[in-house]
Amino acid sequence: MMAAYALCGVAALLLLLPIAIVLGRSSHSSAVVYGASLIVALVLGIFALLTLFEHSGRVSSVSLPFGLPWLGAHFRIDALSAFFLVVVNLGGAAASLFALGYGQHEHAPQRVLPFYPVYLAAMNLVVLADDAFSFLVSWEFMSLSSWALVIAHHQIRENLRAGYVYLLMASFGTLALLLAFGLLAGANGNYVFDAIRAAHPSTQLAALVLILVLVGAGSKAGVVPLHAWLPLAHPAAPSHVSALMSGVMTKVAVYGFVRIVFDLLGPPDWWWSMPVLGVGGITAAMGVLYALMQHDLKRLLAYHTVENIGIIYIGLGLALAFKAYNMPLAAALAFTAGLFHVFNHSVFKSLLFFGAGAVLNSTGERDMEHLGGLIHRMPQTAFVFLVGCVAISALPPLNGFVSEWLTFQAILLSPQLPSWGLKFLVPAVGGLLALSAALAAACFVKAFGVTFLGRARGPAAQAAKETDTNSLAAMFFLAALCLVAGILPGFFIDALAPVANSLIGTAMPHQAGVEWLSIVPIAESRSSYNGLLVLVFVVMSGSLAAFAIHRLASDKLRRGPAWDCGYPDPSPATQYTASSFAQPIRRVYGTMMFSAREIGEMPAPGSIAPARLHVQLRDLIWDALYAPVAVGIDYATEKLNSLQFLTIRQYLSLVFAALVILLVVLAIWP
Amino acid sequence: MAVIREFAFQGAEMLLVLLLSPLLTGFVRKVKARLLRRQGPPLLQPYRDLIRLMRKEVVLAESASWLFRVIPYIIFAGTWVAASLVPTFRSGLLFSWSADLIAIIALLGSARFFLALAGLDVGTSFGGIGSSREVMIASLAEPAMLMTMFTLALIAGSTQLSTMAAHMALSAVGLRVSLGLGLLALIMVALAENARIPIDNPATHLELTMVHEAMVLEYSGRHLALIDLSSELKLLLYVSVIGCLFTPWGIAGPDSGGQALAVGVVSYLAKLTVGGFLLAVFETAIAKMRVFRVPAFLGAALMLGLLATLLLFVSRSL
Repeated sequence: MMAAYALCGVAALLLLLPIAIVLGRSSHSSAVVYGASLIVALVLGIFALLTLFEHSGRVSSVSLPFGLPWLGAHFRIDALSAFFLVVVNLGGAAASLFALGYGQHEHAPQRVLPFYPVYLAAMNLVVLADDAFSFLVSWEFMSLSSWALVIAHHQIRENLRAGYVYLLMASFGTLALLLAFGLLAGANGNYVFDAIRAAHPSTQLAALVLILVLVGAGSKAGVVPLHAWLPLAHPAAPSHVSALMSGVMTKVAVYGFVRIVFDLLGPPDWWWSMPVLGVGGITAAMGVLYALMQHDLKRLLAYHTVENIGIIYIGLGLALAFKAYNMPLAAALAFTAGLFHVFNHSVFKSLLFFGAGAVLNSTGERDMEHLGGLIHRMPQTAFVFLVGCVAISALPPLNGFVSEWLTFQAILLSPQLPSWGLKFLVPAVGGLLALSAALAAACFVKAFGVTFLGRARGPAAQAAKETDTNSLAAMFFLAALCLVAGILPGFFIDALAPVANSLIGTAMPHQAGVEWLSIVPIAESRSSYNGLLVLVFVVMSGSLAAFAIHRLASDKLRRGPAWDCGYPDPSPATQYTASSFAQPIRRVYGTMMFSAREIGEMPAPGSIAPARLHVQLRDLIWDALYAPVAVGIDYATEKLNSLQFLTIRQYLSLVFAALVILLVVLAIWP
Repeated sequence: MAVIREFAFQGAEMLLVLLLSPLLTGFVRKVKARLLRRQGPPLLQPYRDLIRLMRKEVVLAESASWLFRVIPYIIFAGTWVAASLVPTFRSGLLFSWSADLIAIIALLGSARFFLALAGLDVGTSFGGIGSSREVMIASLAEPAMLMTMFTLALIAGSTQLSTMAAHMALSAVGLRVSLGLGLLALIMVALAENARIPIDNPATHLELTMVHEAMVLEYSGRHLALIDLSSELKLLLYVSVIGCLFTPWGIAGPDSGGQALAVGVVSYLAKLTVGGFLLAVFETAIAKMRVFRVPAFLGAALMLGLLATLLLFVSRSL
């Protein structure tokens, strides 16, 4: 029954497609479409939340006579899909609310509006799907509708290239998933998930499926080295769609991974966790290093999504390892940590993209080198963006810290794992996680500091205005959620218990009853954390200090010119820029990761031309992996092109040769 | 009654770290001066500096935002809370379970995050240079600290400082290679985190090599006092953490009486004295590094921490 209600919501979203087309460029179109999307997403989200809370092992499924005639389309809600429905629709509702304001400024609404509700509906359908066919169809719908949104501003050449790369990578990912499902078929080629679950694949088959899923779902989620499309495509879309792509669609990809690997593939082998952990660790560290090198605010955020996907994969990989060695409590901890990070990241990444969208709207700039000082002109946006930055940098007392803390706790349980490979891998992954957490803080000091602090670097930043109320409401809502999930994480962990129960077999200990609302993953003597108390202490001691000093000492204040060691320069160009801020880090890590080089151009003596400093960064993954493939394809097409200009006789002989070869193959096939 | 007692102990701990931290800084300065055959400022000079700064008016740069004025309080509060969660003379404090060692490191991370933002707020070149170098140093120091913490947590089977200290005090731990590597890494990180020689010079100004001082260059009056006090608290915190993990002797248990508490206080003061003295000797004996030598130094700390953890992972099964 519940699944049927959810499908009604999806149908309502799909119904918005013709409405959006009919309304076209009319002045109300964006208000109607986004308003309706907001309401439907809210209803769906609340409904999924209720399902998750009232869940006690019940699943609700429905099958519709769509799709292939003998198969039908199956949909189902269990704990896992309910949780991801919450994530999808929370992000969808926030994005729709934001777009109520942001979408007003869209100059080509007819290119965005029809695809937006379809995109939301497709993401919901992926999570609801209960057979391979509907899963893949919804997955493709999700890819294509988001592709249409990526190239909405098609006048910009860069966006077209982004759309092209995205389309290629999306088809490649779907191909891998298609093959994975092909291998997974249940008895008599039945592709309903229940039949797949019942048929346990052999070890070799499972290995193949795992690799294919890592590639297929991973390319959508953006794991290194399949991330190349992500930092191109996510920033190209309008900001609320960027938020959905980064905050929500990558999570739908994680859902695909969890659904297949934890649910459909049966009990894990011990080595499954190793590729997942390895990929997660490398993705986390590489993602944040890439992000640090960017000066385009939206691209920085997109690269940073790659890092967070890495953190999520680390949690999931640990869960697989613990599950394989029959350590259910530890597995539940790692799994909950991963899923909690899924939720957290969807909240703060949406928030940050909204902030970037507000900045883009008010200044027309995405390049941080032309921004600065926006905290004076956009104080509210600056405040919520700061909250998002603190949350994503995994700093207490906000929510990003809690999920990373849980992941660290899971890592600390891993010496009990008997496998030698994991004994070496897990500490290394722990080191990479610690490294990426520290670099993330650096990255967001840069993002916030260069964009919002300092003095305006250009006329656009000088003339910026605060964004509209709807956008602000969406951002404040998400910022509040960051705080609540940070100081009361116990409730969120408890809400995830049914998910862990259904896929791991057990859940983390119940947290809501712990004294003072702390969270205690295993035992209090081992580790505990209380974000609420930490916040209360910090606020209390901070205000105590402020009160005491203002009362007892001095509260006088005078404005004056900046001191700057006596050499202040009035030109804003003397400030640190995004590139100069990253220069020390570029020197430490970049020479190896990006073969970074600094080239100084000095003018000839006597010339009055300015000296210039160029920074060269190379994307080694692109050069090593993508460029050769592209060159190879170009070469092959060049060569095969001659096949287009044959005579009819030659074509007939080609067909005949193919037939003979096929027959020979059949004849010698054992 | 017991709760009130516990509250009193927690309050005493908060006051103790707050009051002792300038003294520790003064002591280090004094020893350094004496080692250089100078008279040096009196021991209580840091208190006088703080009081003088607090009484002065604040001169705020014209381009400074509201964030710039709030940040000193955030940094001070974060550091103070972190410092008062470390067991000093008595373990098992009332609120010690509200944040374990990872959370304490992360609280210091929050303080540094905001300090680096403060460096960028006014929009001067010195602030930027300080912030960008600080985050570069932190990007290596924080993982090194976490890896060291992993080592200790794996040995003690806990990330709670009280439990860890109690576990380390047992003779069963004995000498381990991992512990030695961890101690070395922790000391290297502590030097970097507290902006001491050879990473940064706490006594420098008007130099292109400064890191911490460059970030706080625009601060004055009570804001500067709070930031100085936070730095002093941070130094005390690191000495306390090293003391309670590697020399856990003398810390009074949760249920101990007056005599044990007295022993706890005396041993804590002794640890601070020894720690401060060693720091002063080390700083006098070594020269400051170039900024781009720092990554090698901290990279070594990170590798030591990683090696210590790996050794533990591997040795568990032997």
